[in-house]
Amino acid sequence: MLSTDDDILNRAEAWKREGKGVAIATVVETWGSAPRPVGSHLVIDDEGNFLGSVSGGCVEGAVVTEAIDVIGSGAPRMLEFGVADETAWRVGLSCGGRIRVFVEKVA
Amino acid sequence: MDLALLSALNAERAARRAAILVTRTADGAQRLVREVDVAGDPLGDLLRERLRTGKSGIAETAEGEVFLTVQVPPVRILVTGAVHISQALAPMAALLGHDVVIVDPRTAFATPERFPGVALYAEWPEEALPRLGVDRYTAFVALTHDPKIDDPALRHALASECFYVGALGSRKTHAKRVERLLEAGFTPEQVGRIRAPIGLNIGAISPAEIALSILGEITAALRLDPATGAKKGSA
Repeated sequence: MLSTDDDILNRAEAWKREGKGVAIATVVETWGSAPRPVGSHLVIDDEGNFLGSVSGGCVEGAVVTEAIDVIGSGAPRMLEFGVADETAWRVGLSCGGRIRVFVEKVA
Repeated sequence: MDLALLSALNAERAARRAAILVTRTADGAQRLVREVDVAGDPLGDLLRERLRTGKSGIAETAEGEVFLTVQVPPVRILVTGAVHISQALAPMAALLGHDVVIVDPRTAFATPERFPGVALYAEWPEEALPRLGVDRYTAFVALTHDPKIDDPALRHALASECFYVGALGSRKTHAKRVERLLEAGFTPEQVGRIRAPIGLNIGAISPAEIALSILGEITAALRLDPATGAKKGSA
């Protein structure tokens, strides 16, 4: 089932009420041809389940890993992803854009 | 984010009210500003402008760098006519993330068997539409072909702020419709808002293809700047 922006934040609330650890990642800034607009959300639980997207699937894996850390520490983080290059080939955006993603815990 | 804040944000959306979540990026401090409270907020002017454009984004303010999550209500497509095209349009619109409401006083058409899971009102539009509220996040679509049903709904839609008005019917049918609306006191500019023949010209034949062309036209009305034809918000 495809999730809409609506479902995503409702699901974050539902997960939290079920007693799960939950983080919300939000695209706060984009440069160039970023795949998802500013304001897009990815919600993540402490088992690594996620809903929504912050890119076309390019950096979700890295965001989920960071989000699990944020759920553990409680401190928000600002992540930045740029174009895929040799040093960061695993978590790059092949489209050539850059994005900034804010990750926060639901407390 | 506080659970209470997330819950309030979700409640505003469910009630079809706009709201902005203000997050200070330096430390993650947050507050939710509802549409009715924008004027009294220290960032009132900025927030009002953001609500108008509906765009989330970073801003430099006296409070430091903030991220504004602008939440406007989901698009609602209000349809008169529980007809074959509507049966295709409802699930397609749901996939696009839009709410769908169908109004048709003909109880043989407006049945839950024909429209499982869709908000359906077997009522006359003059009763249902004022109650449902046609706001600026609503697209109105007239699909019955029957002036007794479509005309009162169109009169209500044209007097509202809805961002799209479309009506099914041939050029001849539409010409007669225009005459009736002008006689009813609407201006040529108001009547000119009606997209007719409805939908993008993609050579649609089947009910599902016509639904696709209507949803394409609604998407364009939502996303394109009418003055430039470019995507809204692009330079």
